[in-house]
Amino acid sequence: MIVADKKPVEEIIDYVTDCKNILVLGCNECVTVCEAGGKKEVEVLASTLRMCFLNQGTEVSIDEITLERQCDHEYLEEIRDVADRYDAIISLACGVGVQFMAEKYHSVPIYPGVNTCFLGATEKRGLWTERCQACGNCMLAITGGICPVSRCAKRILNGPCGGSSNGKCEINKDLDCAWQLIIDRLKALDRLEDYEKICSIKDWSTDRAGGPRKVVREDVQS
Amino acid sequence: MEMKSGSNLEKMLRAGHFAFTGELGPPRGTNVEAVREKAAFLKGNVDMVNITDNQTAMVRMSSWAAAIIAIEEGLEPNYQMVCRDRNRLAMQADILGAYAHGMRNILCLSGDHQQFGDHPNAKGVYDIDSIQLIGLVKKMRDEGKFLGGAEIDTPPKFFIGGAANPFAEPLEWRVYRLAKKITAGVDFIQTQCIYNMDIMRKWVKQANEMGLTDKVFILAGVTPMKSLGMARYMKAKVPGMDVPDEIIKRLQGVDRKKQADEGINIACEQIEEFKEMKGVAGVHLMAIEWEHKVPEIAERAKVLPRPEV
Repeated sequence: MIVADKKPVEEIIDYVTDCKNILVLGCNECVTVCEAGGKKEVEVLASTLRMCFLNQGTEVSIDEITLERQCDHEYLEEIRDVADRYDAIISLACGVGVQFMAEKYHSVPIYPGVNTCFLGATEKRGLWTERCQACGNCMLAITGGICPVSRCAKRILNGPCGGSSNGKCEINKDLDCAWQLIIDRLKALDRLEDYEKICSIKDWSTDRAGGPRKVVREDVQS
Repeated sequence: MEMKSGSNLEKMLRAGHFAFTGELGPPRGTNVEAVREKAAFLKGNVDMVNITDNQTAMVRMSSWAAAIIAIEEGLEPNYQMVCRDRNRLAMQADILGAYAHGMRNILCLSGDHQQFGDHPNAKGVYDIDSIQLIGLVKKMRDEGKFLGGAEIDTPPKFFIGGAANPFAEPLEWRVYRLAKKITAGVDFIQTQCIYNMDIMRKWVKQANEMGLTDKVFILAGVTPMKSLGMARYMKAKVPGMDVPDEIIKRLQGVDRKKQADEGINIACEQIEEFKEMKGVAGVHLMAIEWEHKVPEIAERAKVLPRPEV
C-alpha cells in the first residue's frame, strides 16, 4: 500500500489561516490502513482546527467527509454538489488523491494534509516500512524476493557494501542490511549460486529517470 | 609482458615487487599548496597515491583535480571514484577527462552514504554500483565503447582497482563478493584498514584456495593508529571497521606521548607479516591526515628505497 504520515498541524493551519469554510476530506484506502488519512484522522484534524480557530476567536466552518477512494473519478464525483461551498479542501489522501482532486475541482484550493512516504507494509501497528520503489522493472526473482532497490540505502544491485555490520546497515543500526537478508534467503532456498552472478547495470528509464510514467493497456480499454 | 595500462603500479606488481601505496585527501577548499605539501611527504616513499573522492561524504576538491596537482608534483595518482555522487554520464565523462590528464589507475567505490557527511540532505545518485563501475571502466578500456554502445575515440586504458572489506558481514560471503569484482574485471584490490589479523588471514587463505589471488593483486590496507582516542573512535563509529580489543590494550599500555609510536609499531608488524603472506601483493598505507609521517613509516616498515620499474 501507499504509506503516508500526518503533516504537522501548524503547517496545515498556515495553508488555511484565512479560510472560512473548510472541508477535511479523508480517503478510505491506504491512508486509512496506515492511520494517516482515514475517517478517524479526519475527525481528529477537524477537531484540532476547530479548537485552534476558536482560540483565535475566528469563526470557521469545518466539514468532514471521507470518500471510498480519492484516486477514482467515480468517488470524487460524490462531492460535486458541495465542493464549491468551500474556500479550502484539505485532502488527507496520498499525493495521487490530492492531485486528482485538484484536477477535478479547478476553482477550489486543495491542500495536502499528509506527507506521502512510500510503498510499504504494516509490520505492526504504528510501524510501516518500505518494500517497493516502483522502479518499473521488478528484479525480485533473482534476489530471493527481497528488494535491494528499495531496501538497500545505496540501491546496490551487487551487495553487500563494506558498511554492513551484524546484519545491519551502516546508516542505521535498526535497519536490516538488505543484502544480508538476500543472502540468508538465497541460502534458505539453496540458491546461493545466484549470489555469484553479477547483476548488470539497471535500466532506470522505467523508474522516475524516464519522466512521468504511464501504463497503457489497450486490451482492457473500452 | 603485456600491460593493460602501463601505470607504475601495474609495472611494479607485474614485475613481482611488493607494492607500497599511499593516500592523499584533497583539501576542503582551493588550497593548492596544501596538496603540494602533502605530496612532498609521499614522493619517493610510495608507488602510487590514492586521491580520495569526497571521502566520508564531505565536500572536498574533486579527486581528478587534486590528482592533476599530484601528477605535477611527481606522484602517480590512483583516481578514486564513488558511485554516490555521479550518474553514468558524469562517470564516463570524468573517466575520459582523468585519462586525458595522465591518470592511469582508478579505484571504483560505492562511497560512504551521504548521511555521514556534511550534506546529509543530498540525493545519493547510485545509478550504478561499484562492481558495475568496474565493468564499465573495463568495457571502455577493452572494448573501446561507451556504456551506450558508441565507439570511443581513443579509449582510456586504466589499471582498474576495487575495494574489499574482509571484516564486513556476512563474513563468509566477503570472498565471493571479491570473486564478483574479479569477474567484473578488477585488476587490483585495496582492502579496508586491517586491525583484525585473524580475520584477514582467513580471508586471504580462502581467496588463495579459490584461486582468486592468481587473478587479482591484493594490497592490504594499513592505517597506523595515531592515538588511543583514534582507535576507540574507529572501533565505535567508523562503518565496517573491526578494531580488536588487543589493539586498544596495546595503546593503553604505553605512555600517552608514545601512543603514536606504538601505532606505527603495530602497523610495521602488520606490514612485515604481509610481505610474507601468500596472496598479498603489497600494502596500501592510509595515513589519514598524517602524510608527514609517511617517510618515517616507510623507513621503519623497511620498504625503501622503492624499486624503479
